[in-house]
Amino acid sequence: MMQKIYDWIDERVDITPLWRDIADHEVPEHVNPAHHFSAFVYCFGGLTFFVTVIQILSGMFLTMYYVPDIENAWKSVYYLQTEVAHGQIVRGMHHWGASVVIVMLFLHTLRVFFQGAYKKPRELNWMVGVSIFFIMLALGLTGYLLPWDNKAYFATQVTLNIAGDLPYIGDFAKTLLAGDPEIVGAQTLTRFFAIHVFFLPAALFALMGAHFILIRKQGISGPL
Amino acid sequence: MSEKKKQVSRRQFLNYTLTGVGGFMAAGMLAPMVRFAIDPVLQTRERGGFSAVVDVDELTNEPQRFDWQIDQVDAWYESKVTRSAWVYKKEDGTIMALSPICTHLGCVVSWQGNDDYPDQFYCPCHGGRYTKEGVNIPNTPPPAPLALYEQKEEEGTLFLGKAIPREGA
Repeated sequence: MMQKIYDWIDERVDITPLWRDIADHEVPEHVNPAHHFSAFVYCFGGLTFFVTVIQILSGMFLTMYYVPDIENAWKSVYYLQTEVAHGQIVRGMHHWGASVVIVMLFLHTLRVFFQGAYKKPRELNWMVGVSIFFIMLALGLTGYLLPWDNKAYFATQVTLNIAGDLPYIGDFAKTLLAGDPEIVGAQTLTRFFAIHVFFLPAALFALMGAHFILIRKQGISGPL
Repeated sequence: MSEKKKQVSRRQFLNYTLTGVGGFMAAGMLAPMVRFAIDPVLQTRERGGFSAVVDVDELTNEPQRFDWQIDQVDAWYESKVTRSAWVYKKEDGTIMALSPICTHLGCVVSWQGNDDYPDQFYCPCHGGRYTKEGVNIPNTPPPAPLALYEQKEEEGTLFLGKAIPREGA
């Protein structure tokens, strides 16, 4: 049945080369844990991507209940945690996944660094990767405020004061982030929400696309 | 049974295993999210309860509009919501409490809402009309009579509950 549907489409639009390009490629021996167990270090990039997919999906579902408003943010989170079926699991995935993704990203970075895989001709991909790292940190930072509980509020207070200590542009940066020179409140929450669910993911997708295109184009770095 | 056992090639075996494991992981990931998303459809809510609306003495043979408030729990938002009914006493003393919600597309009807139709409920949106009993008049848009509120009378006070839809005329 599935085969027939596939064949019907393939006959007309020739999709086989499309997915073969993406999925069908040799894994060199030095990258295959079946040959050298130590090659498991090559998994961290893929694991980062896997957890990122979980973050995107669980985040999409969480916005079905979450409201970015100072009156309702905490209440809506409390509601989805206590009243909605599997609310704890879905929010739990997003909560723990946020930390796991940073850990995986860090391990991936260590692997690339200590293997010297960032060297010519892969410097550009290293830069893209570092940008992804910063985008992820920013996602963690902006997401931290959204439950609008005490921890979130004071963590953001600290963040904004750090931004305020930037030389010359401190006050400007702080107001730009918080939406108000003094108050951490309604506008801060809506801004952080917009940054967290629209701006940063858009940047992340673009950079991840570049990261993957580059790795396919240049191939994985050779054995040590 | 055929003599020759059907051979599963190494590639096929790996394909099946990978698809199975991958499918299992995807399902494990998506199942809680899907259940989470469809929760409003599956939640059982207790709705209803009766609210005191008006003293029975105040009722006449002419429909009058009465408003009352109910506590509405909308997930994390609780509020007071106003409900209305057109209430009158029939000749035999039974009380009719009609929902003002037009059965056509949900606008609000009024008793004698149009001077051309005295003794009828009139809906301003598409000219739907109902008799005093709330029965829709043929060749006007509404497909069914106005809903009737569940009612009970205690110590001279009329209590109204849920509006129960009636079958189309």
